[in-house]
Amino acid sequence: MRRILTVVGVLLAVHIALLFVRPSGAAVPPTGAGLNVGVVFDLGGRGDKSFNDGAYVGAMRAAEKLGAHVRFVEPGEGSDREAGLRLLAAEGMDLVIGVGFIFTDDLTELAKEYPNVAFAGVDYAVSIDKDGKVVQPPKNMAALKFREEQGSFLVGAIAALVGNSKKMGFVGGMDSPLIHKFEAGYRAGVKAVCADCAVIAQYAGVTPEAFRNPGRGKELALSQYQQGVNVIYHASGSTGLGVFEAARTLNKYGIGVDADQYKEAPGRVLTSMVKRVDNAVYDVISRVKDKSFTGGIYNFGLAEDGVGYVYDANNKALISDAVRARIEALKADIVAGRIAVPSSR
Amino acid sequence: MNANVKRTIEEAVLPPLVALVVALIVGDLLILAYGQAPSAVWRLLVDGTWGNAYGFGQVLYKATTLTCTGLAVAMSLRAGLFNIGAEGQLAAGGFGAGVAGLALPAGTPAFLAVPICVMAAMLCGGLVGAVPGALRAKFGAHEVIVTIMLNFIVLALLNYFVSAKLHVPETLHTPEVHAGAMPRLSNLIGAFHGSAANWTIVIVALAAVAAWWFLFKTRAGYELRAVGLQPDAAEYAGVKVGITWRNALIVSGALAGLGGINFVLGYKGYYEDGFTGGAGFLGIAVALVGRNHPLGVVLAALFFATLSQGGLAINAMVPKQIVEALQGIVIIAVATSVPEVRRILRNAVSKSGGQN
Repeated sequence: MRRILTVVGVLLAVHIALLFVRPSGAAVPPTGAGLNVGVVFDLGGRGDKSFNDGAYVGAMRAAEKLGAHVRFVEPGEGSDREAGLRLLAAEGMDLVIGVGFIFTDDLTELAKEYPNVAFAGVDYAVSIDKDGKVVQPPKNMAALKFREEQGSFLVGAIAALVGNSKKMGFVGGMDSPLIHKFEAGYRAGVKAVCADCAVIAQYAGVTPEAFRNPGRGKELALSQYQQGVNVIYHASGSTGLGVFEAARTLNKYGIGVDADQYKEAPGRVLTSMVKRVDNAVYDVISRVKDKSFTGGIYNFGLAEDGVGYVYDANNKALISDAVRARIEALKADIVAGRIAVPSSR
Repeated sequence: MNANVKRTIEEAVLPPLVALVVALIVGDLLILAYGQAPSAVWRLLVDGTWGNAYGFGQVLYKATTLTCTGLAVAMSLRAGLFNIGAEGQLAAGGFGAGVAGLALPAGTPAFLAVPICVMAAMLCGGLVGAVPGALRAKFGAHEVIVTIMLNFIVLALLNYFVSAKLHVPETLHTPEVHAGAMPRLSNLIGAFHGSAANWTIVIVALAAVAAWWFLFKTRAGYELRAVGLQPDAAEYAGVKVGITWRNALIVSGALAGLGGINFVLGYKGYYEDGFTGGAGFLGIAVALVGRNHPLGVVLAALFFATLSQGGLAINAMVPKQIVEALQGIVIIAVATSVPEVRRILRNAVSKSGGQN
């Protein structure tokens, strides 16, 4: 017993010694004067190559260009979502952002409790009351929503123009209204440039697991390619990695979603429908900065650069100038309101 | 010093203490490696947890769930079994409570609704625990394998029920319960305002006392411990080992299931897919650090809850992975010093023929 007590004593001494070490550059969290912004990530957290990373990029851009002090919180479990938001709101942040639809209830509650703090929710789920009317978020709460159907429309048109087939493929993740939005836009885009083209649409499942099932994605994609499809658009999270795998095996094409997914299968990714969470986050921070922030529902579509498609050095060779011109014309039509893209099946 | 007290300190108190100090030192080094001053980070951690009423309330809230899963694992370890299924049992318990609360008509008085929901939670957790229990008793199937695999099955099933049948559109949760919701502690003590701590803590404290009484004051508890220490000797003495194992895992599952009411009835008022967030697995660490004693489990739950809530507070200065690493180090340090774990590992190795 004496020996083990000595060990404890020595270890404690080491610990206390370490407490006195102060590395240069050690910083206190940046709060105080200026614009303070807090961001709480979804459980997936940083490094998801999707909307969490998008929010991070947008917030860092705001830190650089607008001089905002940005703090990030990465929750570990369900109750940490509210705790993280509350921590930031109580510290007197000017703006608190929750990333992901799962924050909807927590944000609504806290926005009511802290009326002087601005809140924003990426993919905030706007609810509809009994009479079918949209329930407006609280006055200090901005719901950042994306018109994924508009971006999907454009990649649908690209698929039909480049695909060299009368059949287009679509692989969805969880069979749910959110993903139907992607399918509806895609279908409309295909039809807009090729009236007699058909879309084969399949879903990987009916649970959130369907967003994490590359094996199923590959299976669905292989069967679609075998039916004569040359291009498949996926809106299915990591299930889509299976779609790209199939595209690589059969030398067909896939279309990515949310972020530029070119790197998943170089040469086989025709384009990606990108959701610019970074732009939406930057936009809301800049509104708070110049005091033009108001609550309400913000829709980020093609016009706001909230969604779009990838056209860069990587996929230039796949999309001819004529196709590109056609797509840009369609985009202009949507922005001008001459084409209305459906958002449900 | 009384020899008995000395032994208790030597065996029960010192190993976790060494583990804690080792973890502190590794924490210092990690924080330094990240370029921050350890003293400042630790202070922020304490300020954000025990330093203010809200933070303390959050610690209490998290410790409530962890106490349940910790008691669950401790109960099985006392019987010489390793229940790794607390995660699934916790989720099942929460689901049971949520469904019971939904099924009851609105306006059911609390003195009826709360016990019904609590029973439902324990029943669902106990059912999940009964599967490995029965398989172990009847066929000798190793409970570690069965409980691990059962986690996936239970979580997938619950996920199916919620997302296909019960969820509110565009969310991952069920509608709010009609009855059985537990008031928050902030209703009584205003300073707790905003924290999720609720009356579940009283129920769980009673459960911890009951677990202690059962283990150390009843015949069944004595038999359970005897089976855990030496099954062959217990059998020779007339204890039905298989049945004791089965019952231990049922009680274990029910305790884990009880933890589900903390989130479902006490905090949100609905079952949300994925609410467990690893609290079931962390229960293993809580039981080990708490040396499988109900009092130790409560203290260990408070410790891990502090780390978890403190991780959020210090997130401004260091990444949350540092706190996760700390948890891991405490677990490794304790696991290597706890005799029960060494014995179970040795048994597992010799059973699988590892001695050759």
